Amino acid sequence: MAADIHPPVLTDYIANPLFHSMESFWNKWDVGHSDLNNVLNTWIVMIALIVLAVLVKNKLEIIPKGSQNFWEVVVSTLEDIVVQTMGEKGRPYFPLIASLGLFILSCNLIGILPWFQSSTNNLNTTLALALVSFVTTHYVGLTHHGAKYVKHFMGPVPWLIPLMLPIEIIGHLSRVLSLSFRLFGNIFGEDLAIIILTMLVPFLVPLPMMFLQVFTSFIQTLVFIMLTMMYIVGSLEEAH
Amino acid sequence: MRKVLIAGFMMLAFTLLAGLAIAADAPEGKSAIIQYTVLAAGLAIGLGAIGSGIGMGTAIGGACEGTSRNPEAGGRIMTTMIIGLAMIESLTIYALVIALLLLFVRPGAA
Repeated sequence: MAADIHPPVLTDYIANPLFHSMESFWNKWDVGHSDLNNVLNTWIVMIALIVLAVLVKNKLEIIPKGSQNFWEVVVSTLEDIVVQTMGEKGRPYFPLIASLGLFILSCNLIGILPWFQSSTNNLNTTLALALVSFVTTHYVGLTHHGAKYVKHFMGPVPWLIPLMLPIEIIGHLSRVLSLSFRLFGNIFGEDLAIIILTMLVPFLVPLPMMFLQVFTSFIQTLVFIMLTMMYIVGSLEEAH
Repeated sequence: MRKVLIAGFMMLAFTLLAGLAIAADAPEGKSAIIQYTVLAAGLAIGLGAIGSGIGMGTAIGGACEGTSRNPEAGGRIMTTMIIGLAMIESLTIYALVIALLLLFVRPGAA
């Protein structure tokens, strides 16, 4: 019903012919029409972020003027967040956390504009982002501790291992689930509420929900990167 | 006297509701799955929001009290409160995802 009704998106001009020309191929892999739109919108966000950054990069000066001011505020805010949560040992992970945060924020916010779609309103995108966080956590733990990383999954005493090991493994797998579903549920639920409100009363009533959409986008980005940082800190510290 | 009147009206209301429930016949076959699915979706999100609402109220109450005791720590308290609210909200979001799954993916029916 309302999941099939999607607002017209700019990438429809590319996705519609692409979907209909190779329909048997897409159906074999269970790729829907909205998945194509979704991936194309992530490309739009990526291209926009890269172009905006490259425009500033060649003209960096000590006394900032113009758009460098804006980027300095953004980068210094992200740096404050990373250093406050992870301490000084978190500086090597700042590029990953900042890129993840900027990408998720832009993906969430771009859906407010009329001809674009929030890419995070699909479970595939949020699952990919949660897997990035999960793989980073274990990669960091393995390279930092080596083979002794397994001691994170054992309990405090050796005879508790048959109890603690499944619990820790399930806990780690549930991190992927909770990260992806939290972001997906918030953004998709918000989009669906706005679609249904617009179908009922298209004039002025969806406006408070759109304010809520801006607020939710920021909060969900913050929660995602805070949780990723806390997981990385948890795998860096010594096992209890 | 007032209590007797209130009790009497409540018994009347319950009897009428019971009559309404008995009057609806039990569905069969394919339409049964759709009807029960829609009921399940409504119950999922409705019951899932109860605990989240209570928990969030407690969290915000604690944050207000902490800020009133120590106004300088207001910024840190608010940050912790926002993160805690997002954690609590995610449980209701899981219930919402189940409700959306039942309504749009419709397992078991066409």
